[in-house]
Amino acid sequence: MNPESLPAQLRRAWAVAKKDIRIYYLKGPVLIFGVFMPVFLFLAFYMGGRDLPLSFLIPGLVGMTLFFSATAVSPAIFPWEGSAKTLERLASCPITIEAIVFGDMIASTLFGIGITVITVLIGVGVGLPVLHMEILFVALFFGACCFSAIGTLLAVPPTNIPSSIMMLSSLLKFPLVFISGIFVPLAQMPSWGVSLAAFSPLTYFCDLARYCFSGEHYFSIPVDIGLLALFSVVFMIATMFLHRRTMPRRL
Amino acid sequence: MTEIISARGLVKTFGANRAVDGVSFTVGEGEIFGFLGPNGAGKTTTTRMLTGVIPPDAGTATVLGHDIRREPVLAKQDFGVVPETSNAYTDLSAWQNMMLMGELYGLPRSLAEERSTDLLKTVGLHGKKDQKVQAYSKGMKQRLILAMALVHDPRVLFLDEPTGGLDVQSTQMILSLLRDKNREGITIFLTTHNMEEANRLCHRVAIIRRGKIVAIDAPERLKMAIDRVHRIEVSFDREVPDEALGKVSGVAGVKRTGDKYVLDVLGRDAAIRSLVAFAGENNLQIVTLNTLAPTLDDAFLRLTQEGGP
Repeated sequence: MNPESLPAQLRRAWAVAKKDIRIYYLKGPVLIFGVFMPVFLFLAFYMGGRDLPLSFLIPGLVGMTLFFSATAVSPAIFPWEGSAKTLERLASCPITIEAIVFGDMIASTLFGIGITVITVLIGVGVGLPVLHMEILFVALFFGACCFSAIGTLLAVPPTNIPSSIMMLSSLLKFPLVFISGIFVPLAQMPSWGVSLAAFSPLTYFCDLARYCFSGEHYFSIPVDIGLLALFSVVFMIATMFLHRRTMPRRL
Repeated sequence: MTEIISARGLVKTFGANRAVDGVSFTVGEGEIFGFLGPNGAGKTTTTRMLTGVIPPDAGTATVLGHDIRREPVLAKQDFGVVPETSNAYTDLSAWQNMMLMGELYGLPRSLAEERSTDLLKTVGLHGKKDQKVQAYSKGMKQRLILAMALVHDPRVLFLDEPTGGLDVQSTQMILSLLRDKNREGITIFLTTHNMEEANRLCHRVAIIRRGKIVAIDAPERLKMAIDRVHRIEVSFDREVPDEALGKVSGVAGVKRTGDKYVLDVLGRDAAIRSLVAFAGENNLQIVTLNTLAPTLDDAFLRLTQEGGP
């Protein structure tokens, strides 16, 4: 098989993803940012006395879990591998930068989906059935792809200090959580708030999650799915393009 | 001889520092090519450009006929790299690292397993193949890196200081494996500080100083080329005045070290004949007579010192 061909590169991307799964899923920062952070944020709002119904809170928790978990793995991989010199090993192998980035995204996407499925099961366990399972699958897939692309995008600055990237990533992630209709319904937001929320892909995922659990939604479902897919493609292309430019400076 | 590696006018600048300044050379098929130079001379940067890890600012590099910038995947498919710093995944076992390499080079699983087993046995790590690499010693890590670089049976091997700081056992194992692989036809590009290693292993060596190649030749020719004045060490059964030895035909200088005399001579053969005649005329017995060839260390020091040739 021609090593430059797409199937050959996809196989190598999968090899990178398997390596990431073995190494990075249980790293401290990944667990803190990907699992504990959304749980504690949710608990803070749940116990905050606002008396919000579970049908509103659980979709928010699902959105937050997917967002935090899918963006927890990918930003840290490049700096970790840069400092351990293992990135140089990958760079000297017959794999394109795009395939390396794609492999990291696969690992991140699977981590996001895996953790979020647990959250969905918790929702079902506390008595909130999933009304539209197929839409939830589609939303989880595109949401995880989109957020993992955001994660790899955050790792573009060519620093090999993971904490620097984690700090940058927190700077972006927290504002996004607050403008995306997780804790305040979009319908109750002022018009400028809704305009701002429209720029966040998390808004569309949360809207879909809310539809799946309660049947309510702000945007139409095709718009939510279409925009989530569009964000995924745009972020994926952007992250591959930018990593190609910055990777030599990281090595 | 088929050209396997070719560097033409490679340039790399970091800020105001021109680390590599117009480096050009070729390496033929089946050669062991040594790349020598003092710290900061540009050896590692050149190797990293040749292996496609960093792009050159100017110039071109081809490996096995593939331009490393235009066809990086095709070029990398047929070479292996042993970098200066061990870079196996320490959270994985040796076996998992080998399998990862197999997958990154597109090997079928069964072939990767077969080769990994053979290679790990060769480098003495098969018994610890399931142990995480973080528990390995420096020598074990370096042997693993070499095995990882060979898993796809490459035609070319790039090694950057492969034996730096290793114990004798690991060093001998690595050098022996390199010789075996070279006999099987692998072309080797070796960056090293170790002159003895380069002298014993390499067919040709290039010496780089401040980013520029200052000499490329076979080690023996390089050693001879640096000094037109040769040295002879001689001792007699009794003391001889320096002045008397200085007057012997062909002797340009005399230095006494202990009971021996080190003579700078213009031609070895003529000087030895003159010394024998001198001993006969003065009823002296020659106790020792050694020709002192310049070492590769001498060549390296001469060629890399400031204002050298």
